Amino acid sequence: MFLAIVAVASLALAPHYLPDFYVTLLSSIFRYTVLTVSWATFCGPTGYISLASAAFLGAGMYVTALFGEAIPLPVIVVLGGVAASLLALLAGLASLRIKGIFFAMFSLGLSEGLKDFINWWEMVKAGRQGRLVISASNETIFYTMLIILVMTLLTSMLIRRSKYGLALRAIGEEEEATDHLGVNVNAVKLITFAATSFWIGTTGAITVTQFSYVDTQVAFSVFYSFVPTVMALFGGIGNMLGWILGSFVFTILTELLLTPFPYFYMLIFGTVIISVFLFFPSGLVGLVTRWRKRERVRPNATL
Amino acid sequence: MVNVDFHIDQGEIVGLIGPNGAGKTTFFNLISGALAPTSGVIRFKGEDIAGMKPYQICRRKVARTFQLVKVFPLMTVFENVVLGALFGSSGARGGGREKAEAEAMEQLHFVGLAAKKDLMARDLTVANQKLVEVARALCTKPEMLLLDELVAGLNPTEVDQMIELTKRIRDRGITVVMIEHVMKVIMNISERIMVLHHGEKIAEGTPSEIASSKRVIEVYLGT
Repeated sequence: MFLAIVAVASLALAPHYLPDFYVTLLSSIFRYTVLTVSWATFCGPTGYISLASAAFLGAGMYVTALFGEAIPLPVIVVLGGVAASLLALLAGLASLRIKGIFFAMFSLGLSEGLKDFINWWEMVKAGRQGRLVISASNETIFYTMLIILVMTLLTSMLIRRSKYGLALRAIGEEEEATDHLGVNVNAVKLITFAATSFWIGTTGAITVTQFSYVDTQVAFSVFYSFVPTVMALFGGIGNMLGWILGSFVFTILTELLLTPFPYFYMLIFGTVIISVFLFFPSGLVGLVTRWRKRERVRPNATL
Repeated sequence: MVNVDFHIDQGEIVGLIGPNGAGKTTFFNLISGALAPTSGVIRFKGEDIAGMKPYQICRRKVARTFQLVKVFPLMTVFENVVLGALFGSSGARGGGREKAEAEAMEQLHFVGLAAKKDLMARDLTVANQKLVEVARALCTKPEMLLLDELVAGLNPTEVDQMIELTKRIRDRGITVVMIEHVMKVIMNISERIMVLHHGEKIAEGTPSEIASSKRVIEVYLGT
């Protein structure tokens, strides 16, 4: 707890002692951490692999694009979250009864369908391709993202420690039996799905102020749908430390590789990810615990 | 299923038998809400529960176990059981976490699994996994418990333990309906037996009546 407060405090002071580049990098890490933690809080225990994160992020972005000039930024950010939650409720109502790969594909289709629909609306009905967006300073973005990150982590911890966290795990392991134990499985799934999507929406609403322009290709990029899954698996799907570590290392890796190898970075990236999946199926966290276990065993081995 | 008129009285142990495919598990699925009947009425304590969702029926105090065990393999025994206390008919009314945990421990003691509470459910023997299912069901505070082939695949010692456990459950005032293939069990503890065949009830009576029923012997042995 103490460590967490120190960490948040030192992060909060970051813009005062770090150059602008690092402040932006930190915002970027926060963004991916929020995406990953939100995604993994629901999808990790239940095994319902949602590929709709882009839809929630994009919904937040479009809220800012539409109302950014008329409404103050903090309200916009909250509205972005509300939009994402409503969308998650609708998507969940339509899809949370189907399982496994079917749910994954359905959620991906939903996200892509929404992109195409808005694109069509913008082109045909509004007669434009994209929209200009209000911009906020790096510092505003940084602090907003920091608050959203802290709230996301708190939400995730709250859910995981509550009886609903236990119910989510039970749903992932044996949904039918969970139902027969008095758990309203559909309600639990819907509410947690919507609650975790809220912070993805707020993230979209603030992130877009960095771009100054948004269209559907940017807002609903399928990249954002896959990245939480990959980051969570990369860090270790089993616990929050893995999700944070995965997002952190992953974002930094992107930044490190993108500049020197603009053409090959995806290739290098893919190789790194595949190696982690192949050799350390429980992710980076699994790697660390394995290494620590070996350290602990060694003295005994000499006896 | 057609023409299954039945009633179960409070506090009795009723056995449900029939050849494979007779519809015994389907019968349980209809009562517990896993399947919705296309017609007919299922009344529990005067309330029509036909077509309700499983969680609603659970909160109306009907609990069940499964023929093929459905424990939560990667959760501890305690977590498996406490879930029933947190969400079952007591938990749904806001019993609080401590109360649920105490309830879970009590049921684990009752079935004799208290010492194994921190083990992963998947590491238990089949017999113990079945006990987890019973403890979990009891945690939801049922007035009627549906046991689907509790002793299938168990050795004779375990079978005797299960018989004794079923009697102790009844002695707590919980009505038990059990599907069973092992005649020793069904004849030993049922007060009444229903026989299903092709989804129809073909006989009902005390164990000795059933054992001497010509129709039942025909169904089981062929004519």
